[in-house]
Amino acid sequence: MTEGITRRRLLGGIGAAGAALVPIHFDPAGLAAEPKAERQWAMVIDMRRCDGCGDCTKACQTTHELPKDFEWIKVFEVKDTQGQKYFMPRPCMQCENAPCLRVCPTGATFRDDEGVVLVDQVDKCIGCRMCMAACPYGARYFNYAEPPKPKNAFAKPTPEFPVPQIKGTVGKCMFCVHKTDHGELPACVEACGMRALWIGDLVEDVATNGEDTVRLSQFLKESDAFRYKEELGTGPRVYYIAGHGQHLEY
Amino acid sequence: MDARTHAAYVERAMWQIGKGGLRFWGSVAMLGAIVLFGLYAYVYQLQRGLGVTGLNQKVSWGFYIINCVFFIGISYGGAMTSAILRLTGAKWRAPLTRLAEATAVAALLVGAVYPIIDLGRPDRVVNLLLYPQVGSPVIWDVVAISTYMVASVVFLYLPLIPDVALARDTLGASAGRVRRTLWRVLALGWRGTAGQQRALRRGIGIMAVLIIPLAVSVHSVLAWLFAVTVRGGWHSTIFAPIFVLAAMLSGVAAVILVVAALRAAYGLHAFITAKHFRYLSYLLIALGLGYVYFMISEYLTEGYVAEETSGAVLEALFVGQYATTFWTFAIAGLALPLVLAALPGRFAIARACVASTLIVGGMWLKRFLIVVPGMADPIMPWDWGRYSPTWVEIAITVGSAAAIPLLLIVFFRFFPVMSVHEMEEVEAPAEQAHAPAPAFAGGAE
Repeated sequence: MTEGITRRRLLGGIGAAGAALVPIHFDPAGLAAEPKAERQWAMVIDMRRCDGCGDCTKACQTTHELPKDFEWIKVFEVKDTQGQKYFMPRPCMQCENAPCLRVCPTGATFRDDEGVVLVDQVDKCIGCRMCMAACPYGARYFNYAEPPKPKNAFAKPTPEFPVPQIKGTVGKCMFCVHKTDHGELPACVEACGMRALWIGDLVEDVATNGEDTVRLSQFLKESDAFRYKEELGTGPRVYYIAGHGQHLEY
Repeated sequence: MDARTHAAYVERAMWQIGKGGLRFWGSVAMLGAIVLFGLYAYVYQLQRGLGVTGLNQKVSWGFYIINCVFFIGISYGGAMTSAILRLTGAKWRAPLTRLAEATAVAALLVGAVYPIIDLGRPDRVVNLLLYPQVGSPVIWDVVAISTYMVASVVFLYLPLIPDVALARDTLGASAGRVRRTLWRVLALGWRGTAGQQRALRRGIGIMAVLIIPLAVSVHSVLAWLFAVTVRGGWHSTIFAPIFVLAAMLSGVAAVILVVAALRAAYGLHAFITAKHFRYLSYLLIALGLGYVYFMISEYLTEGYVAEETSGAVLEALFVGQYATTFWTFAIAGLALPLVLAALPGRFAIARACVASTLIVGGMWLKRFLIVVPGMADPIMPWDWGRYSPTWVEIAITVGSAAAIPLLLIVFFRFFPVMSVHEMEEVEAPAEQAHAPAPAFAGGAE
């Protein structure tokens, strides 16, 4: 044996030196440090209540001053196996293991401390749309056209409040972090007259639909909540509650 | 090859250099006009954004990504044809390698531009270098394509050195200043000494070996751009190898077309004969059969289980809205040309050309059938996307395709179209050509 330097240590040393030299950070899933903040946002969508009115979509578009084809929360009309129709609103799932984040070549897509997946449209997004190919939920939208003129002429978009959108880049639902930061409800939750949308916090284990407040874990358990395409391993932060014997084909 | 044929070969290899005339300028004007119109369409898109394309929120990749895969595939086939022929020591390769290598570079120059054409913010392309995320397949592509770009230029250039020197020595006196300077600089002082010959042989040998894994990596990475997603028909383990084979197939077909066109244009009939087309056709058939096998393997395993997403895409391909395109590809773009190329007997050249045209077209359709249905696939299971390209995408596509022959004829106005050095090498007396792969002779000493 040579003195003290095992092969593993040597390789480890080389790796560390290499890591220090190369200005690339390898953190494909963005999970190197599991975000530890006071809040971890989640959403619950109660499909027993949703009547498909689309107020959530409209409120979202008004708040973020989005063009009409931008449905960051999109309401799908679904037929179940009995031929009954029900509605499934689809926001961004804020995946804990987000495919969109993993494939982003410039790090424009990132997760904030509170588990929300955001996009830096201001500097980083190059508009390659790899994220749109990767997202299993079709939750991302590309700005093909110039966005509507912002109401505030001096508006400067940020990842947390991306208004106005920037042409040539990709935008998506961001759980209205600009509102939740101040203790307000996301625009869609606030607008839902059926109170079908709940915003919750996994740390404090509470959720509210603007009217009622529930213990999140208990609510999910009692109502047999599920996560859409959970089997893909994306770790979605949006929970669905099926009802009326409705079941998702997926 | 006797002295007379040798002299005729050299004469023909350099005949077109500096030749203007109606044919040349007419071709340049025609191809140039098509290319310029494509450029105009791109400027139009730059000013207005990707909204001028048929791309939309569901189908957000279309013609540009198809073309990227298609043209880089052709480039790959060109490089592989030359590399394989060199490594196997195929003596009949001499008049073809230059054409194959030049096609590889020209097609790559065109294909490599497409990812940038496809960007929403091409002005920010430098972000790929400023903030690269090595976990992203897009970054893999940037690395692989740029490495391969350098390699394929070197692969074209190395065997060109002695020929450039030959042009310098024989035509230098009568040529203009531009050509004289170009030849002098690019010949790197080549005088054909034993040492230079050895170094060159070694260099070409190394490149011929190196270009294969490089080209394989480029096309694998292109395939992973799709295969690392969960989309129907994309998330497949066979994607990388099938992309590699598709690339070679379309590339060999493109080489056949380039060889046929320039053979006619430059009067190379005496040196590029039916034999060459027959041999290239064999290559085409072998690759085509391999491709059919891979395709069956892919569709059978996916279709037998018919998982929801890939099942929906397969149904759309076989009997649904893409069925016409799919069966056109399968029959006219794959089966028919393979039969045509395999038939024995007369008209080998004509058959090879028709088969190659069909294959090139078919492989473009196949890329369409990969990209568009995969995108339109209802990942939220209730709505299919739609895509029809606009004039902008079509103009850019046609313009870029015209750029390849344009680049080639301009290139061959300056450089020998057939490799003279290569011919001398394969014609060399037995004691020099003893190694099975002459390319390695340098390394063996």
